[in-house]
Amino acid sequence: MSAHEDDITRRDFVGVTVAAASLYGGAVAEAAPVSGPADTANCSLTINGHRHDLQLEPRVTLLDLMREQLHLTGTKKGCDHGQCGACTVLSDGNRVLSCLTLAITQDGRHITTIEGLASGGQLHPMQEAFIEHDGFQCGFCTSGQICSAVAMLKEVRSGMPSAVSLNTKQTMTDEDIRERMSGNLCRCGAYPNIVAAIRSVEQRG
Amino acid sequence: MRRFGYSRPDDVGEAIAQERRFPEAKFLGGGTNLVDLMKMGVEKPAHLVDITRLPLTQIEERGNVIRIGALTRNSEVAAHPLVLAKCPVLSEAILAGASPQIRNMATTGGNLLQRTRCFYFYDPSYAECNKRVPGSGCAAIQGYNRIHAILGGSDHCIATYPGDMAIALSALGASIVVQGPRGERTISLDRFYRLPGATPHIENDLKPDELITSIEVPTPTVTGSHYLKVRDRNSYAFALVSVAALVDLAPDKHIRQARFALGGVAPKPWRVPEAEEALVNRPATEAVFREAAEIAVRGAKPHRYNGFKVELAKRAVVRALTTASQRG
Ligand SMILES: Cc1cc2nc3c(=O)[nH]c(=O)nc-3n(C[C@H](O)[C@H](O)[C@H](O)COP(=O)(O)OP(=O)(O)OC[C@H]3O[C@@H](n4cnc5c(N)ncnc54)[C@H](O)[C@@H]3O)c2cc1C
Ligand code: SF4
Ligand code: FES
Ligand code: FES
Repeated sequence: MSAHEDDITRRDFVGVTVAAASLYGGAVAEAAPVSGPADTANCSLTINGHRHDLQLEPRVTLLDLMREQLHLTGTKKGCDHGQCGACTVLSDGNRVLSCLTLAITQDGRHITTIEGLASGGQLHPMQEAFIEHDGFQCGFCTSGQICSAVAMLKEVRSGMPSAVSLNTKQTMTDEDIRERMSGNLCRCGAYPNIVAAIRSVEQRG
Repeated sequence: MRRFGYSRPDDVGEAIAQERRFPEAKFLGGGTNLVDLMKMGVEKPAHLVDITRLPLTQIEERGNVIRIGALTRNSEVAAHPLVLAKCPVLSEAILAGASPQIRNMATTGGNLLQRTRCFYFYDPSYAECNKRVPGSGCAAIQGYNRIHAILGGSDHCIATYPGDMAIALSALGASIVVQGPRGERTISLDRFYRLPGATPHIENDLKPDELITSIEVPTPTVTGSHYLKVRDRNSYAFALVSVAALVDLAPDKHIRQARFALGGVAPKPWRVPEAEEALVNRPATEAVFREAAEIAVRGAKPHRYNGFKVELAKRAVVRALTTASQRG
């Protein structure tokens, strides 16, 4: 694991108690909120290390919150229906789709977006690899691809199987990388270079 | 999206009480289906009870049963050592569905209750859909029905159940545990889902104020299993046809017992006991599998654009049983 990934992993898990060792364990133990349709509700979430204390309408998605209210426009809206992966971000280190995530449900969570991957003025190795291998053309899918790929390598290290690895018992074949990245579409078809970029980061370990 | 209220209980009893207290309330799991349908204007709840922090996230073995909490995420279930060791067909089915991001979000309970991907259901600009608006008609029967059902449909609705996980659970003989104001009950998965008949808007046995708390999967004694999914692209697409197959072979390669369920062809996981019985004490050969496949699709009623599913389903059954027989 590189120093950068170390940083991110550490940052993602700040505030998560040991009892939450399961991937999705609860990070929050405040009084359970209740709000009516006309109300906004309190929500506090940490995005790229910055804590935001917000009053939110429950219907605001995490994607719209970031793009429209917090001016974090690095995360892209491709389809808004869970079909393309352009809006992929990390929630407590796990890749999720911000377009199908209601922001209010993320109370207490730590979100990492493409804007939060670099640290100390240094690009994340995955960002560097995408540049080096020309892993994009128009760039619209790229922030989702990179966030997805960062979490994917973490999943592989933690033993997460894929439909391909279950049967071949091999991880990180080209076929396995494609399967594990199938939640991120690229309309420009930069796939071969995306696979090469991810492989190079994986090999550097 | 319509405005709605929101609450996030941390206890099962409180979640059920809130569902009853707030008018037009719905439970929110991973939201990967519900939020999407709310954006489309198909679902219009006035209140969401967020159940994702309920303590229903255990996966444990009790005797010969694996009990999976309803709020476990699909990715966790697929990767769980107990599931991989004792019923790998469940992992296979889950990993064949959706994408890694969606599987990280989607919950076991929500996955079971995901709604059909019938285009006409999903898009309220079509006036006719008995499932969305009871009594309005069915746009699919005379429409573009390539993805629709060949089995179990009615004159009122020919939508398929789209999920993968429930197909494996059907073949495994799983049960669903639900909790409501009247207490807890357990329903076999095969009886949980309903055929559309004249009421396609009623899809299962669950009452609005009942919460799925877990599923119970009896660990199978089989020599091999397989989940085969046939679709328009290799990944991140719903099944045209799928088959979950479990085979128990004797050392002489005769079939002691076999079970299979079909997805993508019917409004519910399609399991035909006579087709399974036809395999008992027979040799594990293609001809025998083909006989069972013929029985499984008996009574198929194809529509204008989905006739291909009949032969595809039969071939998929043969291939899934063949692969399951070769494993182990
Ligand atoms: C682009 C895309 C592709 C997909 N591809 C596939 C695929 O190939 N195969 C597949 O199987 N699925 C696929 N899916 C569907 C996905 O698996 C489901 O959306 C998901 O499993 C639903 O789980 P959830 O927790 O997000 O449910 P939610 O959306 O939160 O809820 C769904 C329904 O269940 C109810 N509910 C949730 N939990 C409970 C509970 N415990 N008790 C009572 N009611 C409850 C909710 O009120 C709601 O009505 C896809 C989805 C998308 C968006
Ligand atoms: S098949 Fe069912 S869901 Fe689709 S339009 Fe007809 S009634 Fe609606
Ligand atoms: S914008 Fe979220 S998946 Fe396409
Ligand atoms: S680079 Fe254009 S969509 Fe991927």
